[in-house]
This record gives sequence, structure tokens and C-alpha cells, in this order.
Amino acid sequence: MTLTTDAPTSPGTDPGSDTTRAGGSPPTSPPPAPARRRWQPPWRNPWRRPWILEGFTWLYLIWSIVPIGIAVLFSFNNGRSQSVWQGFSTRWYWGDPINSVFHNPALRAAVFQTIRLSIITTLVAVPLGVAFAIGINRWRTRTATTFNFVMVFSYVIPELIFGVALFFLFTQLFKSIHLGTAAEVLGLVTWNFSWPAIIVLARLVSIGSSYEEAAADLGASRLESIRRVLIPLLMPAIFASAVLVFASVVDDFVIVDLLSSTANTQPMSVIIYSTSHGGNGGPALNALATIMLVLSFVVATIGLLAYRWMTRGERGSSGQEAMTSIAGM
Amino acid sequence: MARGDRRKAWTRGAQNRWVWAGFAMPGIIWLALLFLVPFYTVLAIAGGQLNAIFQSPEPVWNPFAWTGANYTAVFHELVGQGSFVGPIFLRTLVYVAIASVISLLIAYPAAYFVTRFAGRRKILFLALLIAPFWISYMMRMLAWIDLLQSNGYVNRALIDLHLISQPVNWLGGRSFTVILGLVYGYIPYLILVLYAGLDRIDQRLLEAGRDLGLNRTQTFVRITLPLSRQAILTGMLITVLPMVGDYFTNQLLSGASSTAMIGNVIDSQLYTASQQAQGAALSLLLLVFLLVPMVYYVVKTRRVTGEAF
Repeated sequence: MTLTTDAPTSPGTDPGSDTTRAGGSPPTSPPPAPARRRWQPPWRNPWRRPWILEGFTWLYLIWSIVPIGIAVLFSFNNGRSQSVWQGFSTRWYWGDPINSVFHNPALRAAVFQTIRLSIITTLVAVPLGVAFAIGINRWRTRTATTFNFVMVFSYVIPELIFGVALFFLFTQLFKSIHLGTAAEVLGLVTWNFSWPAIIVLARLVSIGSSYEEAAADLGASRLESIRRVLIPLLMPAIFASAVLVFASVVDDFVIVDLLSSTANTQPMSVIIYSTSHGGNGGPALNALATIMLVLSFVVATIGLLAYRWMTRGERGSSGQEAMTSIAGM
Repeated sequence: MARGDRRKAWTRGAQNRWVWAGFAMPGIIWLALLFLVPFYTVLAIAGGQLNAIFQSPEPVWNPFAWTGANYTAVFHELVGQGSFVGPIFLRTLVYVAIASVISLLIAYPAAYFVTRFAGRRKILFLALLIAPFWISYMMRMLAWIDLLQSNGYVNRALIDLHLISQPVNWLGGRSFTVILGLVYGYIPYLILVLYAGLDRIDQRLLEAGRDLGLNRTQTFVRITLPLSRQAILTGMLITVLPMVGDYFTNQLLSGASSTAMIGNVIDSQLYTASQQAQGAALSLLLLVFLLVPMVYYVVKTRRVTGEAF
């Protein structure tokens, strides 16, 4: 439906021109213009452009994006205020010898902790989830069914309830794993395990088993057909889920908040939370948040481009499809 | 015939079973150790007792020795005379209900517009819709903390428009601000689900409706809305469930006890050793309370994750 190219109908236009105005829509038979009615008020025109809806959508987009833009802008503020503009500077990134992200040990440690957690979690969770998905898809037993249920359950459970359970696990049962980076990684891998598992399962269902059967007919061994047929077919899904896991670890707050112990195991989200109460954090926090933003967007862009490249030539491959896949839809 | 059998055997056969079990096993063990065992630990603590000397929870691992003392204590806090958790729980439900309805009223028209009318600019609109999904929750809250400060842009704009004469202390414990924060925080997830659901609707059905004489409103009410019911339900679940467990949004945007939610109670109980067992019991009760919507969601996703059930 490409109704956007249509000119808004002015009163008095010939209702017979409906056909041309419906231009972009697939040419099924247009509604026959009633012969009796000469003049149509614009709100009666079935193909009118939905101005109100479009305006509403723009308002929503402005509301959702402009505040972020302002927050990014204030990370470059040449002053202590997060709400009054005092000129441009990069002092909160590296200029200020005490409070900038680069020089403040707590903030700098948080940047590295976030990156460390994201990389380790992605490297563990993605292979684990992909193997789980392949196994569960073919190993039809009661155990498999049960754990598929558990996996989807771990996807919908409120993060706080799961975080509380992990907190008790590491303080009461697995006491040798103290709260800190190891506990955070174990928790984050479990929490993000369902992304690759669900996405790869969905992809396996849509691939079907015919490609592997063809490979088998052509003499491939079982492991060969997995390595040379199944894995390449799954690659876009695996990649999309890796991007999602990485970005959701950068974004994660509850689990790392409950499982971090000392200041140097707190990633960026926890630092922003614990210092921005009442708005006393100063623009260095905005700088920290902007770094998080850039990190997520760089990963998302790489993901988008790589996904497009991997699915090139596939039926149904489009920028739209890539975008929704990278967002986990 | 034999060939067909061999083909079937390829992905389903008994002799391959150990291969697929081997693939699934690491994940199964991981989930067992780090998802199921943690919840058993919570049960052991909630069913355990308080160590009188250290004032710390003492887990009881034998399920036959579990006591209901912590549950009774939590129950009294929830409903008894002078209960302090009860009103907080009610407030949580009210906040979540209002915030999720507002989210739906905002997200649905926007998603509907982008799927149906964005035309050639669909990719641009889609990118803008998805963008907040990639922006961290803390960043989005921080943005509003900046805007809502007493000398922030919101107050200055309202004063310039002569709507208020004094700056409003938006961050001083207002339900309005917390609900706005919840809507702003969770709407990207809802909008993605709605977009995906609406985009899946077969356009030919809408065209058929138009051909049969429905106008735009009728097409929407009689075709689009019924077909997107599933997306609305799952989208609401995906936003309501985390909202119920939210404890950071109100802490950042108000910090006052007058806007505390159930998540704040659980979170604060974790930091006092003598109250940890009650926190465990409370989080289990919350889990039971949310069990029906969660299981509903899991059953609904069966379609996507294959017939592995």
C-alpha cells in the first residue's frame, strides 16, 4: 500500500478518479464510484491520507527520540548542569581531570565492565543456545519438551524474580562463586540464553529438514551436513541473536545490580542508576549513557549490515526484514 | 521406500538420538543448574528459618522440613491490620494497569500507521520505531531526569506558555511522573510486537473488505482489530510482566515511598539479612500471582518454537 504518494483530495474532485488515486495499492477492483454523488466531502473519501494518524505517529516519534537527543547534547555541556546549556565541550568525556569518564576510575571501570560482560556473555550464551535449539528441535523426548518449556519460561519471567533467585543461589548455595563478575556472567548467560534458542528454533522450523536430507542423499555424513548445510543456513539467525544478546547485556540492569558486589564490578547501567537519583550526577553520567548508546548502535549497525549481507539473494530479504530480525521479531 | 526411511531417520531416527541429545545437553544442564536450582534455593530459604544469633536466613534443603512461617508473615503484611505491603501491591497493580493501557493507546495507532500507510517511507518509520529499543533503559530514564528537573526544559516550556507560574517539582514523588516513566520505558517492546503482528495481516483481506463496501473505520474494526488481538495480548504481556517487577523506574523518577512498588519491597528486603527470607517468600508469591499470564505466553509461543512440545 503506497497511499502516501496520493495527493489529498480536494472537495469537488471527480469521484471517478478514485482508480488513479488508489495508484500504489495492488490493482484489485477499486470500489465503483457511486454515480449519484457528485461532491464528496474529504472525510468520505475512502483513500484519503490519514493525516491525524500520521501526525500522531510523528508526535510519538518526537516524544520517544527528542529527549534522548537532548540527553546526548548535555553530555557535551560545558558546565555542571544537566538542564541548562552552557556551551559545547568534551570535558565530561576526557577533558575534566577528575570527573570525566576517562579520568574518573569508577566511570572508566564501568565502561570496561560493560564491554567485558557483553563479550563474555555473548560468547557463552550464543553457542549454548544454538546447540540447545538444534538438539531440542530433533530430540523429541519428554526431557526435551520440559526444557523447551523452561527455556521459554525463562524468557517471560520478570527479571526481578529471577534476579532474586540468582542472588540467593550465589549467597546461600554456590557460595564459592562470590557476587561479582563471575556471578554476573553466569546470571546474564542464563537470562539471555533464550534469545538464540528461540530465534534459532524459529529458523529451524522454517528451514525444515529437506536441505539436510539432500545433503545426506549426496553422501554427506551427519556432522558434515550439520557443519556445511545446517550451520550456514542458520548463520543469519545466529548472528541476529548474537547482536541481540550483546545489546541486551549492555542494557541489562536488574541482574547486574543484584549480583555486582564492589564498585569495580558495576557496569554502566548500575553506575547511572546509583548516581542519578534526584539528578545530581552531572553531565559525566550523560557522557557515560552516550557511550552506552553508541556501543549499542554500533553493534546494531554491524548486525544490520552483516545480516543483509548474509541473507542477500534470499527470498523475502529486505532492509525491513533485516531490521525486524535484528530487533528479535 | 528404503531411501525415504533413511531420510526420515536423518533428523528423527532413533540411532541419531544421542547426537541430538548431545547437542541439547549443555543447555539443559545449564538451565537446570542456573534456572531451576536457583528457584529451589528460594524455596529452601522461604521455607527455612531465621538464624537467631546471626539474624540471617537459614536455608532448609529438605522439602519435608519446610515451614510456612515466612509465608504467614508476608501474608499478614499483605492483608492484615496495618499491613504495609498490601497498599504497595495495590498501587503496583494500578500503576501497571494505567501505564499499560496508555502504552497500548499510543503504540497501536503508531504501529498501525507504519504498517498500513507509511508506504515508501516505511523503512524510515520502522528505523525510528526500533531506535528506542536499542537505547538503554537507564539512558531513557536519565533523559527524563534531565528534562523534568526544576530548571529543566519541561518546566521552562510550561512557564513560557504561562501554564504554570512556579516550577513544578516533577521528580518529588509524583505518581504521574512514575507512570510516564513506565510508559516511556516499556513502550518500545510493545510497539515492536504490535508492528510484527499488524504487518503479518494479509493485505488481501483488507482489500476484500473494502471491495465489499466497508469504509476505513469499518475495515479496521471488523478486520484489522480482530486479527491483531493475539499481538495485543502478547504485547501487553511482554510489557506488563517486567513492569510488575520494576523497582528502578520509580526510584529514579521519584524516590519517595509514596510511589513505591512491590519490586522496591522485594529489593529492599534483600539488603537486610533478617528480612531476606521474607523477600524470598514475597517474590515466590509474586511468581505464583503471575504464573497464569506467563504460562499463557509460553503456550502461545509454542507455534513459533516448533512442535517440540
